[in-house]
Amino acid sequence: MGLFQKHQALERHSLLLTVGILVVVAIGGLVEIAPLFYLENTIEKVQGMRPYTPLELAGRNIYIREGCYTCHSQMVRPLRDEVERYGHYSLAAESMYDHPFQWGSKRTGPDLARVGRKYSNEWHLDHMTNPRSVVPESIMPPYAFLSDNTLHFDDIADHLKTLRFEGVPYTDDMIENAKTDLIAQVDPDADYDSQDALVARYEEASGRKGTITIGDFDSDRTRITEMDAVIAYLQMTGTLVDFSTYEADDLSNRR
Amino acid sequence: MSDENTEYDPHSGVETTGHSWDGIKELNNPLPRWWLIVWYATIFWAVIYMILMPAWPALPGLGGTNTPGLLGKSDRAEVTKEVSAMRTERGVASQKLMSASLVEIQNDLNLQQFAMAMGESAFGDNCATCHGSGGRGAKGYPMLADDVWLWDGTLDGIEQTIRHGIRHDSDDLTRMSAMPAFGRDNLLTSTQIDDLVQHVLSFSDRQSNADSAARGSVLFASQCVSCHGADAKGSRLVGAPNLTDAEWLFGGEPADIRATVTNARNAHMPAWQGRLDDPTVKALAVYVHSLGGGE
Repeated sequence: MGLFQKHQALERHSLLLTVGILVVVAIGGLVEIAPLFYLENTIEKVQGMRPYTPLELAGRNIYIREGCYTCHSQMVRPLRDEVERYGHYSLAAESMYDHPFQWGSKRTGPDLARVGRKYSNEWHLDHMTNPRSVVPESIMPPYAFLSDNTLHFDDIADHLKTLRFEGVPYTDDMIENAKTDLIAQVDPDADYDSQDALVARYEEASGRKGTITIGDFDSDRTRITEMDAVIAYLQMTGTLVDFSTYEADDLSNRR
Repeated sequence: MSDENTEYDPHSGVETTGHSWDGIKELNNPLPRWWLIVWYATIFWAVIYMILMPAWPALPGLGGTNTPGLLGKSDRAEVTKEVSAMRTERGVASQKLMSASLVEIQNDLNLQQFAMAMGESAFGDNCATCHGSGGRGAKGYPMLADDVWLWDGTLDGIEQTIRHGIRHDSDDLTRMSAMPAFGRDNLLTSTQIDDLVQHVLSFSDRQSNADSAARGSVLFASQCVSCHGADAKGSRLVGAPNLTDAEWLFGGEPADIRATVTNARNAHMPAWQGRLDDPTVKALAVYVHSLGGGE
């Protein structure tokens, strides 16, 4: 054990010890930090991902506020039974604009990564108002109050701005028009021009048509509620990526 | 050099490090041998693991991806393999199912069992959420286990509905119709709607105000017959329900009917093509057809 006795040299020379500590910590730091610079190569190259529209983003904020993630994950794992039940396994690219992401390992309710467009708006409304009315065995609490709460979106442009700071590619145009875009997506009486502008803005970012659903989501045409926003968000989840152009067998997409 | 300093603590008999603070000497208890061995073993294993499994990102010459590892392990490649293996396993029966007619399926016990098993599990996953387990339905979500059909109760018709949905905006072949919101869009006045409701109640022989119903019948003839028919028995071409029976998708009480005429009901069913593969859609059609009301 002669080698291990040599630590006396380190212990008796403070400068040597300091250098030694620096070397060890640097190795640990390198191993933990260096991969972060290669995040790009963990995100698959896909077609169709776009930043969330202001309405979807407002819905997502409510989703997080209400703690939906405590029971619902948004990550279909690459396992046969999950792929059969939920659809294509989730890609890293699908949550690249999520801050924070909504992955998870605990599912009290089902995974929601691909719930978008699986059910009708009316179903989501009924289900959130009283889950037992459509799924008798459900243990989900009711969220009927979302229909009563008027959506506050005066600060929606700031949310876009903050996310841009985090790396979400919102353009100046999107930020400037955030409020009108939000109204255009949900208000059935909004003028066609502003609806077209919304679709043009976000479909250009998406590179894919048909990723934006415009309509009255909560069957209450008189005002914009939190229910509108949440349903708009849920109906979008997992629908953005165009899987017909995704090459699962490509070496860079293997995990 | 170390030997010179070797000194044993007289009390415990353990070697000391030779360091002394205020007369207190530090014992040199070595780490337990077993622990040390396990520790080195884990470091050794980590190195092996990095060689076998995908690990280092962005080394030069790898084209921006990570080292694949000697085992070439990939969860994604594995699940793709498993799913295609499953498809192959079901392949023969699926092929047969896709081209089989209703009579052929009913005559081939194996094929029927295959379709029913596949249909039932897919129904539980995807359809029961709205239509209820066993297709019992709910207010706003049609019951599938009876013989009342809004659109088409044949096997082909059910398959068409599942594949393209009802009023699903991104599918060109979806079943489409739109009832006007007579009240909301000011097509009829509130009293006119009251009259209409009275007239509709009279179809199912319920008590109604005769005067009001008489006025309603005029309105019905001008506003409603194009879809619901002169006999009010509905039309499957446009998914218009029969108003003379006891089946009410959105409730048959006067208040429910009034709400329906005022705001219209244009329920939406998603298109499942793309989300479910072709054999699953066909199996679902067979299953739904068998629930009790298939034609």
